[in-house]
Amino acid sequence: MEKIPVLKIGNLLLISIQTDIYDSQGLQLQDDIANLLQRHSFRGVILDISSLSIVDSFMGKIINNIASISLVMGAETVVSGMQPAVAITLVELGLEMPNVKTTLSLEKAIQFFNEKFNRETDQDGSSQE
Amino acid sequence: MEVLKSKTLKISEEKDLLNIRGLIREYAGEIGLPEIYKVKLLTATSEIARNVLKYAVSGRMTIRILSDIYKGIEVICEDNGKGIADVDSAMKKGFSTSGSLGLGLPGAKSLVHVFHIDSKLSVGTRVRLIVWRK
Ligand SMILES: Nc1ncnc2c1ncn2[C@@H]1O[C@H](COP(=O)(O)OP(=O)(O)O)[C@@H](O)[C@H]1O
Ligand SMILES: [Mg+2]
Repeated sequence: MEKIPVLKIGNLLLISIQTDIYDSQGLQLQDDIANLLQRHSFRGVILDISSLSIVDSFMGKIINNIASISLVMGAETVVSGMQPAVAITLVELGLEMPNVKTTLSLEKAIQFFNEKFNRETDQDGSSQE
Repeated sequence: MEVLKSKTLKISEEKDLLNIRGLIREYAGEIGLPEIYKVKLLTATSEIARNVLKYAVSGRMTIRILSDIYKGIEVICEDNGKGIADVDSAMKKGFSTSGSLGLGLPGAKSLVHVFHIDSKLSVGTRVRLIVWRK
């Protein structure tokens, strides 16, 4: 089974899920992200699901697990590009994603982290003065 | 009520879930089912089929195009697994005998227009879903 690639970009992990995936690929992805977060210090995880046509409770649980692991390791998880029909379906399914921030697009997710990191360096700068 | 098309697919491995989704997409396209109903039906079906793999090991799914006042898609999922001891509990949000989310059955019910479940211990489980193109 093909692995879903995890890209390392600075202090971010970027995962773009391109097609509907097998459960085993989802579980593998969860492990891969957990391993990377344990070995290096990343500050954010971006999960782009713009190509995912459905998210059922299994996939939803994987996303939540990734977000919980990230939180413990000091990284924030952003899910980008969730299709409107998928978002509505998740609500009706009753699946909540308490630790997940969502953005409309991958670009917006990257922008979110850039702004967050800039704010933090600004604050660091001023506290040293 | 008329059945315009019908096909039965087996459920015995993960790959079958993707075949089932493919057939539902095909039928949904044929009746012009709006995207949101298609996604809801695909999600509900995925939950039900996954339960078969997880709790009953194998089963089959019949997918049909119905024509009544409206056109619709019906999904009938049957297995000869161990069955459900207490269907009322199994239909409650958060109830799971495997420590997972327990959203599959109640979630599927709220995503479709018609939902029926019959289950008998050591005989099997049958779930029927319909989404109408209103
Ligand atoms: N096809 C089935 N055969 C036997 N038991 C089932 C089947 N489908 C569901 N169940 C039972 O119903 C419970 C609730 O199912 P569901 O709502 O999908 O939640 P989950 O799968 O997360 O446990 C399951 O934990 C299982 O005990
Ligand atoms: Mg389930």
